[in-house]
Amino acid sequence: MPHRPAIRIVLAKLGLDGHDRGLKVVARILRDAGMEVIYLGLRQSAESVVAAVEQEDAHAVGLSLHNASHLTLAPRMVGALAAAAIDAPVIVGGIIPDDDADELRRAGVAAVLGPGASADEVVRAVRDAVAGRS
Amino acid sequence: MRAESIEELLAGAPSGERRVVGRLISIVERDGDGAEEIAEWAHARSGRAHIVGITGAPGAGKSTLVGGLLAVWAKAGRRPAVLAVDPTSPLTGGAILGDRVRMDSVATGAFVRSMATRGHRGGLALAVPGAVRVLDAAGFDPVVVETTGVGQVEVDIVGAADTTVLVVAAGWGDAVQASKAGLLEVADLFVVNKADRHGAHDARRDLDLMLDLGRVSGHEDRRGHRPEIVMTTSTTGHGVEGVASAIDEHRRHLVESGERARAYHRRIALEVRDRAQALLVTRVAKLLSSEDGRVALDAAERRAMTPAAAARAVAARIIAAPDRTSPEHDRS
Repeated sequence: MPHRPAIRIVLAKLGLDGHDRGLKVVARILRDAGMEVIYLGLRQSAESVVAAVEQEDAHAVGLSLHNASHLTLAPRMVGALAAAAIDAPVIVGGIIPDDDADELRRAGVAAVLGPGASADEVVRAVRDAVAGRS
Repeated sequence: MRAESIEELLAGAPSGERRVVGRLISIVERDGDGAEEIAEWAHARSGRAHIVGITGAPGAGKSTLVGGLLAVWAKAGRRPAVLAVDPTSPLTGGAILGDRVRMDSVATGAFVRSMATRGHRGGLALAVPGAVRVLDAAGFDPVVVETTGVGQVEVDIVGAADTTVLVVAAGWGDAVQASKAGLLEVADLFVVNKADRHGAHDARRDLDLMLDLGRVSGHEDRRGHRPEIVMTTSTTGHGVEGVASAIDEHRRHLVESGERARAYHRRIALEVRDRAQALLVTRVAKLLSSEDGRVALDAAERRAMTPAAAARAVAARIIAAPDRTSPEHDRS
């Protein structure tokens, strides 16, 4: 019998950004850590992610951003979740300069993961972010 | 948000509010606090939705077909919902639930929920009917259950739908596979997808042949109709409207022939059986780890008793001493 429900996380890429290889690797890492990964893939919008988080009753959102629009898209995602009264942390992965990472955290992003992040770091970032909210 | 009471959630459910319905399904799925109350609420209000089971081998094009059906239904002003079941990794307990990729829940207004095959108290056979009932009670119609038809539980689940659709892809030799899995007997409608590819007509011919054999064996008479075969190319949408109208046609047939009531009867019987079995499974596990259980196991190990006699002793104890703690009151 399951003791604790698995963490459910929605993974998506927002807007015009075709680099989904990283996100697919992350999906596999999180699955292998025992999580239920709801994979949305490419060309999603803040609206479609909010719909998925609500319908799937997900605990967290993971965004992969590789098109230099992270300073626009990530805070928009945080805002859209807050507007829908959803208390789910946003974790951002991708090519994010250090200064920008600080700014994203100030904007409410729970964690920022760069290309060098290990599988363990990815899993820990999600677990910590979810634990911090409940 | 996670602290909302069951009453508050149930108040928001009839409007199909996404967040509320999403929450209710989670509670029912893991049989958490309030699951019983939600089940009572949902059961009293369910029975309106047409339940469509869609199954087929991985890669046959089920999700893309469902995505297409959602668009057709949305255009017709209906409020569809989908429960997409995907396998859990047996090694890690995790799952990648990717069926939503092919479904646009924003444009179609459809409610799409993904479910992993494991991780439910009592298993998939209990989690699916519970979730379907919540969607039905929340006013969604039709409600689609999508699974790869692998394993008896999954065949039972889709077979229990009002309309069961089997999707095969061109050139896959699926017809033989489907007949092995027992899916041919439960399907009310066949879809040959990837009809633009080589082998589509072979697949259709194979299916036709199987259905002919069903007439010879008398199976067709027992079910009262010959399942339709629809050719589709889900990626372009070709044929998808044909699938939607074939589903509606089957729905009419069910209602007019009285089959719909019989399908409901079978579904309830199946679920009550599964739930009763799940309760007993829990009792058996509990007893086996108790002192009495250890005595029986030990006797069998020492060859003082056969395993069958030990099992009878365990079962006799359960029958003799009714357990007052149902699983609902026994959460760790």
